[in-house]
Amino acid sequence: MSTSPVQNEWPLWEVFVRSKAGLDHKHCGSLHAADAKMAIQMGRDVYTRRQEGVSVWVVRSDQIVASDPGDKAMYFDPAEDKVYRHPTFYELPKSLDHM
Amino acid sequence: MYTQAMDTMGKDEAPKVLRSAEEVQLQERFDARIDAGDFIEAKDWMPEHYRKTLVRQISQHAHSEIVGMLPEGNWISRAPTLKRKAILLAKVQDEGGHGLYLYAAAETLGTSRDQMFDALHAGRAKYSSIFNYPTLSWADMGTIGWLVDGAAIMNQVPICRCSYAPYARAMIRICREESFHQRQGFEALLTMMTHGTEAQKAMVQDAVNRWWWPSIMMFGPPDDESPNSAQSMRWGIKRVSNDELRQRFIDATVDQAKLLGVTLPDPDLKWNEARQSHDFGAIDWSEFKRVIAGDGPCNRERLAARVKAWDDGAWVREAATAHANKQALKEAA
Repeated sequence: MSTSPVQNEWPLWEVFVRSKAGLDHKHCGSLHAADAKMAIQMGRDVYTRRQEGVSVWVVRSDQIVASDPGDKAMYFDPAEDKVYRHPTFYELPKSLDHM
Repeated sequence: MYTQAMDTMGKDEAPKVLRSAEEVQLQERFDARIDAGDFIEAKDWMPEHYRKTLVRQISQHAHSEIVGMLPEGNWISRAPTLKRKAILLAKVQDEGGHGLYLYAAAETLGTSRDQMFDALHAGRAKYSSIFNYPTLSWADMGTIGWLVDGAAIMNQVPICRCSYAPYARAMIRICREESFHQRQGFEALLTMMTHGTEAQKAMVQDAVNRWWWPSIMMFGPPDDESPNSAQSMRWGIKRVSNDELRQRFIDATVDQAKLLGVTLPDPDLKWNEARQSHDFGAIDWSEFKRVIAGDGPCNRERLAARVKAWDDGAWVREAATAHANKQALKEAA
């Protein structure tokens, strides 16, 4: 690939789309836009050409704070041995199965 | 629209010798994840060679989508009815969108959009050979949908399971949107073959004659001449070999051609009972190499159109940036 410098590129935005009323916004991709208004318009054009959404959120990619993938095990594994947090852990009489 | 067996278009240098013990451990962990069928995300550690291979393949795929808008753009203002014009516009707009999904996926690997554009415009980057052929008649629009998009879908479906997750996610979206591309093409041809005049039917056959061989070349060189395929398979970037995909495409297309009432321009094409597949004639790989190397019928025209569009749009990009900066300053004040 080229080693030429970035030439005043528009900033990168992450796009989140609510597919229908009542559901949450879901990340669907990213795009470049000069400002927030343009990012919303482009988000509509790029990610909802087939009525995939009723609402769009955009956020500058450099504003997102994420967990470190290197910490994945340390961060998420402690939940692994806590099966008692799930309802299926508890055995109840058949007559109470719906509880 | 499409990808080609792009992995064959660049010569990779051998991966560098691993240095530190830490790097060896990272490599082992990476290999284990690939073997377990795990997906790799943008921020995960990955070998430099894996990253480079993906940047090349995804950016070439993106370039193909963007350049692929040009042959069809030629017919938007010449479509025979308003319905066909609306369909063609939607298809070309999809291709622009697909290019953007793919550029975004490539950018997660640490290359900038400007770097990729620069490589395309300077002629360093490749794109699919198929877009360097001219679109001479309206029947070419239907034939591109049927054969070119058909071949592209055949190529792209396995990439939905690519080990690099941002690429796989982009491909899932693209494949979902693209099935209409092939169907509208076949339907446009079927309309001409069913209701058309003799001249219109001959136009369809002529288009099929011109696009058949370039379409089956889209799967890339034969497996034994595809230098990077083995590594890409090992890494789960590529899932099915060039020859296997080509065979599947030909087998699927023969019956479709019968239904349409056209002949495929290959006298050696016939069913092989023992292989339960179709045998087909020798492909002219010298033509493929010539087109890939920049000497196809339309290479110069396509690249010039891209460069002009980019250069002519420079003032818009600059004005939008200036406006955004001014508004930001106003808000800060």
